[in-house]
Amino acid sequence: MIEANGLTKRYGRTLAVNDLTFTVQAGRVTGFLGPNGAGKSTTMRMILGLDRPTAGGVRIDGKRYTDLKEPLRHVGALLDAKWVHPNRSARAHLRWLAVSNKLPDKRVDEVLGLVGLTDVANRRAGGYSLGMSQRLGIAGALLGDPGVMLFDEPVNGLDPEGILWIRQFMHRLADEGRTVFVSSHLLSEMALTAQDLVVIGRGRLIAQTSTRAFIDAASGSSVRVRGPELDRLREVMASGGLKADDTPATAEGPAALVVHGATTDAVGELAGRAGLVLHELAAQRGSLEQAFIQMTGGDVEYRTGDPALAPVAGAPSVAGAPVGVPGQPGEAPASQWTGTPAAARKADAR
Amino acid sequence: MTALTLLKVERIKLFSTRSPWWCMGAAVFITVGFTALLAATIRPGDLGDLTPATTQFSYNFGFLIMMVMAILAITTEYRFGTIRATFLAVPNRVDALLAKTAVVALLAGLVGEAAGVGAWALSKAIRPEAPLALDNAQDYRVVVGVGLVYMVAAVVAVSIGLLIRHSAGAITALLIWVLVAENLLPAIPRVGDTIQKWLPFTVGNNFLYAGQQVGQDNDATPTNMPFGAWGSLLYFAVVALALLALAVGLAKRRDA
Repeated sequence: MIEANGLTKRYGRTLAVNDLTFTVQAGRVTGFLGPNGAGKSTTMRMILGLDRPTAGGVRIDGKRYTDLKEPLRHVGALLDAKWVHPNRSARAHLRWLAVSNKLPDKRVDEVLGLVGLTDVANRRAGGYSLGMSQRLGIAGALLGDPGVMLFDEPVNGLDPEGILWIRQFMHRLADEGRTVFVSSHLLSEMALTAQDLVVIGRGRLIAQTSTRAFIDAASGSSVRVRGPELDRLREVMASGGLKADDTPATAEGPAALVVHGATTDAVGELAGRAGLVLHELAAQRGSLEQAFIQMTGGDVEYRTGDPALAPVAGAPSVAGAPVGVPGQPGEAPASQWTGTPAAARKADAR
Repeated sequence: MTALTLLKVERIKLFSTRSPWWCMGAAVFITVGFTALLAATIRPGDLGDLTPATTQFSYNFGFLIMMVMAILAITTEYRFGTIRATFLAVPNRVDALLAKTAVVALLAGLVGEAAGVGAWALSKAIRPEAPLALDNAQDYRVVVGVGLVYMVAAVVAVSIGLLIRHSAGAITALLIWVLVAENLLPAIPRVGDTIQKWLPFTVGNNFLYAGQQVGQDNDATPTNMPFGAWGSLLYFAVVALALLALAVGLAKRRDA
């Protein structure tokens, strides 16, 4: 488990990381999501004791990294696959790491086998492809069989095969009960890799939640429904108090209705009671990209101002605590996400 | 983590790349080779000048090469990010850096011995008739003591590397200090002579040459130095350790 508490890093007048508080649970893959320059790498370096926080602190299983004895046995990290001397062989690189934490030499061969580098272990690391370097970095992280693992942008620049390999690897690590914390600016990648998310923008915490809740809350819940009698369907929805919009036929499918603020259960029951035939009934999930842009609002460096991305109900609470929305006290939050981004920002400004 | 473990780590790191091997080979070969050239070509009439002290006068060659190696041992770690890997494996930065300094200094000392004794022995083999016998403490000091000067110089070099953290910048700073500053500062009128007596490398050199004149009008070894031979070495070592303390202290506080 990783616990960050009020973590802050200031470079001159720039606040790279601003009062960040979050926890990363064991046995799950937790994504650390944010646009480039949001402070993800700085945060990871502070977790590992490489950078000194200006304020606040971070503990790994209750201890500061620098207080760990033989830290590679507790924490494995891959921050940059290029942190290897190009003229040193992979085996020599892993060997000095192993010796430093009193790990047996045979563990070096084990991890080389785990990442599939056994055949090239004696070649100089400078000649490795990016994918091979990444595997070597992972081998180094696995060396001490640690319970906590950190990866900074591990799929950057990898080919599809490498990405798939890393993704499956992370899941395996989490299934073994380890704490896996992986950063990325690739939202779609995180949707596939991470079960939980810690989202930051411009150094501030935007959200800590499950990946599912993040998308649900941000995109709102809508249901796509289609049948032979669209007009009657629309009337039935209206009589049930649900607002339905027409979507014309596109290349992706024939004309249908999109029902907002409803579940497939509710829509299906309404249609069933009216005795209507349905050809399609599906929950529409927004993409993580959409969710991210809505959640981060002003914290994203470059915005398009596209009205399609205008706020809908559901926006981030700050630092995990629900933010009350003025004027809507009775609304029960579906998740910890309540209010609009504007309200959230206002609340944050207080 | 015990000191022995850390020394082993640094030893593996140093010897698992090729450049230290090249530096060590070059340092010994050039230093010994230059002396051998001198011994082989000296005029018979000057044979009396070929003393143990003379065989060491080219020690600067290997000495500079080993200092460059010492700088690279630390700056390449910053260049390639392996210093961060090191600090992840050994969060106690002071211990990790002192272990590196110790390994590099020890190696420089051994290379210095090989170059010093090698230069003397080869000269003796080439010119058995020259007055090259080691007759007194002074003779022993100048031949066998070279390794100690290499060792202290390596500590200075590691400190410079640790302070500047870039290979080119650190090597330039070192060369300016050793080759330019220590030669030009004594030229300042009135205070130059006093300054010279306290310049670290000049004092370090005095450890080898205290009490004897090498060649004629050799300005590099001034007379009436503040310390005797061993005092000079001590002063040189204290300067090196002070610089090391500053560099390690700074590395501990800075972001890696």
